[in-house]
Amino acid sequence: MAVAVQHDDAHVHDEHEHHENFITKYIFSTDHKMIAKQFLISGILWAFIGGLLSILFRLQLGFPEMDLSFLRFLLGDWIDATGKLDPEFYLALVTMHGTIMVFFVLTAGLSGTFSNFLIPLQIGARDMASGFMNMLSFWFFFVSSVLMFQSLFLENGPAAGGWVVYPPLSALPQALKGSGDGMTYWLLSMTFFIVSQLLGGINYITTVINLRTKGMSFSRLPLTIWAFFITAIIGLLSFPVLFSAALLLMFDRMLGTSFYLSDIYVAGQALHHTGGSAILYQHLFWFLGHPEVYIVLLPALGISSEVIATNARKPIFGYKAMILSMLGIAVLSFIVWAHHMFVTGMNPFLGTIFMFLTLIIAVPSAVKAFNYITTLWRGNIRFTPAMLFSIGLVSFFISGGVTGIILGNSALDIYLHDTYYVVAHFHLVMGSASFFGMMAGVYHWFPKMFGRMMDDRLGYIHFWFTFAGVYLVFFPMHFIGIAGFPRRYYSFTAFDAFRIMADLNSFISIAAILTFSAQLVFGFNFFYSIFRGRRAPLNPWNSNTLEWTTPINPGHGNWVGQIPYVYRWAYDYSKPNAEQDGFTDFIPQNVPYSQTPNSNLPYENELIEIEKEEMLPTDTTLHTEKVPE
Amino acid sequence: MASTSASVEQSKKTSAWFGGVRPMDASYGKLMMWFFLLSDAFSFSGLLIAYGLIRFEHPAYTGSPADFVASDAYWPIPEKIYNAFPFFHGIDLPLVFVGLMTFILIMSSVTMVLAVEAGHRKDRKDVEKWMLWTILGGITFLGCQAWEWTHFIVGTDEGATRTVWNYISNSWETTTIYGANLRVNEYGPAPFANLFFFITGFHGFHVFSGVLLNILIFHNAAFGVYEKRGHYEMVEKVGLYWHFVDLVWVFVFTFFYLV
Repeated sequence: MAVAVQHDDAHVHDEHEHHENFITKYIFSTDHKMIAKQFLISGILWAFIGGLLSILFRLQLGFPEMDLSFLRFLLGDWIDATGKLDPEFYLALVTMHGTIMVFFVLTAGLSGTFSNFLIPLQIGARDMASGFMNMLSFWFFFVSSVLMFQSLFLENGPAAGGWVVYPPLSALPQALKGSGDGMTYWLLSMTFFIVSQLLGGINYITTVINLRTKGMSFSRLPLTIWAFFITAIIGLLSFPVLFSAALLLMFDRMLGTSFYLSDIYVAGQALHHTGGSAILYQHLFWFLGHPEVYIVLLPALGISSEVIATNARKPIFGYKAMILSMLGIAVLSFIVWAHHMFVTGMNPFLGTIFMFLTLIIAVPSAVKAFNYITTLWRGNIRFTPAMLFSIGLVSFFISGGVTGIILGNSALDIYLHDTYYVVAHFHLVMGSASFFGMMAGVYHWFPKMFGRMMDDRLGYIHFWFTFAGVYLVFFPMHFIGIAGFPRRYYSFTAFDAFRIMADLNSFISIAAILTFSAQLVFGFNFFYSIFRGRRAPLNPWNSNTLEWTTPINPGHGNWVGQIPYVYRWAYDYSKPNAEQDGFTDFIPQNVPYSQTPNSNLPYENELIEIEKEEMLPTDTTLHTEKVPE
Repeated sequence: MASTSASVEQSKKTSAWFGGVRPMDASYGKLMMWFFLLSDAFSFSGLLIAYGLIRFEHPAYTGSPADFVASDAYWPIPEKIYNAFPFFHGIDLPLVFVGLMTFILIMSSVTMVLAVEAGHRKDRKDVEKWMLWTILGGITFLGCQAWEWTHFIVGTDEGATRTVWNYISNSWETTTIYGANLRVNEYGPAPFANLFFFITGFHGFHVFSGVLLNILIFHNAAFGVYEKRGHYEMVEKVGLYWHFVDLVWVFVFTFFYLV
């Protein structure tokens, strides 16, 4: 029987406790919670670096005449004698900002943190299926981070061909300064990154399938876990294609093959490359690149499902619809990639097919948005910082999603392609929404991670400045885009048509600096609270999920005794008549229906029999544990 | 870990997905191998799609096959290129050698099945025997590939005339090319050889890794590691990988040699 198995685990867990030292506990840890914290802290550091890079190029865009000599301590010769930012370094800044934010912050920092932290805790497992592979996953990510970070300091600068690194710009070292060593570092770093993703993803999927505690069927999984599970599958299927694309690109760069290159003259010299196709790279890249959007977004949506239901004190509206829409988004994410390539000379008929498929994504996305709103409707809302960030996510998801419908039109895209309209669109719907999901997760699960609370008041300041700041930055950007100004251009003042945008650009830059400064409040709150925060109670948010049944500072193995069994879904908030059963407005997942006869629904009463036969006699934790107030 | 302990009794009222048990009694290691293979299948798909896209950007040879002459103006007919066999120099034997290679690899899959089956019976002697045959098959395949590559690189006696850019004189000039390198080849457009080297190389590297894994398994079986452990599941997991590599070869073979 299951008990015997789980008792074994308890012993394994004890052995770990005895042998831990500093290195095995904090550095080469196989504990999923420590690995999650490693990912989180690396992600936060990367977010500050990525944000700082964006401030640097916003200075150039907002104040093109400005004397930037005061930045010479940081940027050295990238500021020229007249105090101007080097144009090629501007491209490198944009490239690295994109790469860092998309991959290192919102993929590794978000999925790496919360999939690792929450999957075992919320499904009732001692750890990941393979703790060792999980550790490897972090260390591959670490190597990848070191390479990417080091590339910032190369003499010719980091990669500068845009975060999409299209050939021939990325394939020919002579094309740009950043196409030299910087590009090589970029490709090496991303190769390690993909290996890390693969190791992590295989682990997440396997753990969810194999290690759920008794009673935790897929129809009772919290939506966070559903989101991480689907995200891991998307990553597992899309990253290998980027891997292939990157390998082919490396061959073109280093060994002289012609996969992406054809008939190019540089400075009057014919290159030997013939017969390749630059468009091929775009197809391969966007086969990853588009699912990647959902790799960063779905975990954030999953987190906000959990946070919104908990803090609205209501069951999530449309649990099954949420799962189905996530599955729908996941499937569609693989068959829309060419909407990034409408203007590559693609057959217009093919364009309409991709447009059609793209617009269908609006359906599951709208289902999700409406479900969040209907969960909030007439809820008993508690505005914790996590809740505010989740509501902020819903706001960005809607306002950024609406422009997605416009951009998805292959005809409109001819005009809007590669303008600031696109930049505004994806920064709202994917960048800011995912970032807000990540922040919601940090505020919500901080007590479980560190046993202490973050400061609410600083959280509110952080939220309002960031929320207002994001809209102040990206809303005006739509107008710059509609006016036709292309992204990635060093200087808009060089064009008469765009001079009138000068004040708007300055405004955006000031708002960006403000938003970035607000993150310092978060940084202080985060690091200060790890050491000095108020001590957390066992279940600070009165939440139903299993992680709150572990000790305040869970050891390796998570639960001290037996792993609790699961008897109900995760969303029994404000269930009618619960007070007659001795509960307040929430009934945790590990409470059997037989203990709540007054609040059970008719079909739930029928499940009591199964409980009695299969679960209760062997479950020893239930009768001793009191529900914390 | 819970999953490595003995399997749990499954009651009839709840499904295999109810939690507390491993669905379909699959161990986590086996699931991981399956998901890795799924992922790897997408890497190969990416490469084969790249092959298809580049190939069909080039015109096909339209004349009669009997008059075929290799040129960089069109994609070659594979039968006319891969027609050599060791010790039969100058004789036109289309696809015979690669057919032999394919046969060897498929046979090594058969011996792998027998090794897995012996593992189920916990028959150590038989596991050793069939693993050894599988290793031998893998190494033979790699040896054949080495010969195939060598022949492809060295080329035919006649070579082919090509116009290439001379970097010294900065002008186009016509020379005779033998065999293939990553820039130019006598068989067809440059990507023809590029793709051949990259994709069969990528597959060959998978076979090489598989042979190393097989040697590891053979070693463990021979030293009684699995006997002590009480089961031969590792043979099964590596077997999955080996079959996958074999299956991929069937696709590579189809795309490069048959179509």
